[in-house]
Amino acid sequence: MRRIISILLENEPGALSRVIGLFSQRGYNIETLNVAPTEDVTLSRLTLTTTGDDKTMEQITKQLNKLVDVVKLVDLSEGAHIERDLMLIKVRASGAMRDEIKRTTDIFRGQIVDVGPNTYTIQLTGTGEKLDSFVAAMAEADILEVVRSGVAGISRGEKVLRL
Amino acid sequence: MSVAGLEQCIAPKGWRRQPYRVRYRLPQRPHSNLNCFGEGYASSVYVSGRDIVELLSGGEMIAKALEDEGVEYIFGYPGGAVLHIYDALFKTSKVPHVLVRHEQAATHAADGYARATGKPGVVLVTSGPGATNAITGIATAYMDSIPMVVLSGQVATHLIGEDAFQETDMVGISRPIVKHSFMVRRAEDIPATIRKAFHIATTGRPGPVVIDIPKDCTRPDAKFEYHYPETVKLRSYAPAQRGHTGQIRKAAKLLLSAKRPVIYAGGGVILGESSELLTRLARKLNYPVTNTLMGLGAYPATDRQFLGMLGMHGFYEANMAMHHSDVILAVGARFDDRVTNTVARFCPGAKIIHIDIDPTSISKTVAADIPIVGPVQSVLEDLLDILDSLQEKDPKQPDTAALGRWWQQIDEWRAKHGLWTGRRYGESDRIMPQQVIESLYRVTGGDAYVTSDVGQHQMFAAQYYKFDKPRRWINSGGLGTMGFGLPAAMGVKLAFPDMEVACVTGEGSIQMNIQELSTCKQYSTPIKIINLRNNYLGMVKQWQDMQYEGRYAMSTYEDSLPDFIKLVESYGHVGIQVTRLEELDQRMEEAFAMKDRLVFLDIFIDPMEHVYPMHVAPNGAMKDMWLSKNERT
Ligand SMILES: Cc1cc2nc3c(=O)[nH]c(=O)nc-3n(C[C@H](O)[C@H](O)[C@H](O)COP(=O)(O)OP(=O)(O)OC[C@H]3O[C@@H](n4cnc5c(N)ncnc54)[C@H](O)[C@@H]3O)c2cc1C
Ligand SMILES: Cc1ncc(C[n+]2csc(CCOP(=O)(O)OP(=O)(O)O)c2C)c(N)n1
Ligand SMILES: [Mg+2]
Repeated sequence: MRRIISILLENEPGALSRVIGLFSQRGYNIETLNVAPTEDVTLSRLTLTTTGDDKTMEQITKQLNKLVDVVKLVDLSEGAHIERDLMLIKVRASGAMRDEIKRTTDIFRGQIVDVGPNTYTIQLTGTGEKLDSFVAAMAEADILEVVRSGVAGISRGEKVLRL
Repeated sequence: MSVAGLEQCIAPKGWRRQPYRVRYRLPQRPHSNLNCFGEGYASSVYVSGRDIVELLSGGEMIAKALEDEGVEYIFGYPGGAVLHIYDALFKTSKVPHVLVRHEQAATHAADGYARATGKPGVVLVTSGPGATNAITGIATAYMDSIPMVVLSGQVATHLIGEDAFQETDMVGISRPIVKHSFMVRRAEDIPATIRKAFHIATTGRPGPVVIDIPKDCTRPDAKFEYHYPETVKLRSYAPAQRGHTGQIRKAAKLLLSAKRPVIYAGGGVILGESSELLTRLARKLNYPVTNTLMGLGAYPATDRQFLGMLGMHGFYEANMAMHHSDVILAVGARFDDRVTNTVARFCPGAKIIHIDIDPTSISKTVAADIPIVGPVQSVLEDLLDILDSLQEKDPKQPDTAALGRWWQQIDEWRAKHGLWTGRRYGESDRIMPQQVIESLYRVTGGDAYVTSDVGQHQMFAAQYYKFDKPRRWINSGGLGTMGFGLPAAMGVKLAFPDMEVACVTGEGSIQMNIQELSTCKQYSTPIKIINLRNNYLGMVKQWQDMQYEGRYAMSTYEDSLPDFIKLVESYGHVGIQVTRLEELDQRMEEAFAMKDRLVFLDIFIDPMEHVYPMHVAPNGAMKDMWLSKNERT
């Protein structure tokens, strides 16, 4: 099953490598990883998505919690939550494809953020699934580059992950 | 502190003196030749009113912090990146330093010291090769949850990342085998970092902590205010202090309802100083107890309720009892694959209560029915209280008739194949390894500290030396590190100079750290080395006999072994060769009679002997064992 784990991590050198090292060392999957500082400069917020059966997931959360640099952790997929992935995708856009790509982008509520004589760069946010379907919808086009931020997530409602 | 060395300065505003932590009593030093350099601190101080603040360099702060932490020994080896630290130790420190001959041995010696005393072992090594040599010892301590603080030198801050001379990313290399690590970035952080390191290493589930210290942070000319913090604040580290009462109550009820219970106790009972509580619990309920390899001594081996070790080379009665049990109380044990055999077939009828301080140990391999996260000590105390009150209400529990039948069954198993109820090893005109351990047990009155290397000899020692007390059996279980035994024995002997310390080893293992015979000479550590000489990498050979039709791929030395007697003599020790059974006891006694000499007993044993019982694999259950070369359950 796919899980979204969100972590408050000490903003210390080496902290991130402990998290990533844990996954490779113990053979856990890591699908996406997103990390950036928070409003509190001593903390980073890290969101990762992973898959595994219940037993593996239990171990992953326990092992993460055991890391001294992990301050707090929540499995967002246990409750209602919002997840967003940001994609920048550069496609060849010339001739008839130029309109076609624009239309598809509009349908997905994407934005064309850079226009070249023969290329478009499109920005799209949403769940990982939505981004995947956009890429699928672009099958006809000549995709030059895809950049994704990885999932960032937050719980809905009153539930917060903070100190 | 000598007055001449006082430099009078003005203390910074708002500064208050913090009292030092109470020091441990330093051991009386039996060895005049221990490198304890210092005369105390004669460095710069602030004097402000009645307050005195010391001004120390990074190197001096390390020396002083180790003293304030109550460290009794530093095991280490110098080199460029730690020379400032060594100079500071030389000038100021009262903590004796033991100079090993290889950094791996420093970590094992510190580890042996820690296992025997319960206090953290302390290691100091230089950058690059010094640090990498320490890695095996750090991994050994990590796998067995041994508290240790390793200080490694690092190249100066401005050189980091430039492939500087003797630069290695120690924090990176050691990351998967430490409980935590620190890289010092500013000299003034040294005292707090050391305090944190000791705190993390010794609390919760213990483990090794590395502090990597760039050379410039230890410069003698940059001085800082020194105070050693009383308390540690770590917002992200809070090991469990108590078990969940509701869970403990459930566990108590399940325990009392058991008809075929077993207590499966591991290294956590020893690490958590709870052998007495465990013994109280077992006696109160009259339940059988088995120990893991790491748990030996957690329950007195000579007690009737003790079933011996369990697992791959565990006792028949212990493995049978586990397999047929209906309730297992696992205490500070981690269901290792050397214990469980095939997990899917593990103890099919048993409900499992699992007490462990580390949540990751619970339901990692075998799912627990009642998990209890907490320190053994408080959990067992709570459990005993709850059992008392439950029994008061219903004195009919546990079911004594069922328990009687269970004991009867266990006694039958024991009589049939128990290792201690009759001779279970073959006859031969050679000395049998089991006989050597029995002799060692007799001659030391069962009261020695026994360290071991890894191989058949380790299993024979575990099976035949009956450990009645915790911390007496010192071996590498999780990593299985050959080369552990000799340096570990050295560390134990330094901690307990008046106790007998034996190192049970094999001619393969001993050669992995044999250079430490020199360290033993320098610091007069008169340990006794019992070499179970079978002229094979015996444990490897046993597997080759059983699974590879006796093809001994690289498990023999082809007459290349050294003359161990001459070898130990050249190091200034005593060597005794034993080839005949009739002389075994006498030689053993002679060796132990030489109180102030290291004696190496080179005992020629039957090279064909195997360790039994041995779990049948693959796909075997706990109950499936080889009992001899041609007998299985
Ligand atoms: C050649 C060879 C053969 C071996 N054969 C066997 C064998 O036949 N049988 C066997 O048992 N082992 C055997 N081993 C050892 C095996 O590999 C494991 O090291 C051992 O089984 C682990 O012991 P343990 O479960 O007691 O856990 P340990 O490694 O001692 O771990 C201790 C556990 O207790 C917990 N703990 C620590 N402190 C506390 C506390 N204060 N409160 C609560 N919990 C705490 C820890 O979190 C951990 O889960 C063998 C090893 C070798 C090298
Ligand atoms: C450092 C290391 N290398 C390899 C092994 C694998 N190994 C386990 S036991 C063993 C043989 C040990 O031989 P010896 O010390 O003579 O003991 P014996 O089994 O003969 O009693 C080997 C090679 C190990 N445990 N540790
Ligand atoms: Mg051998």
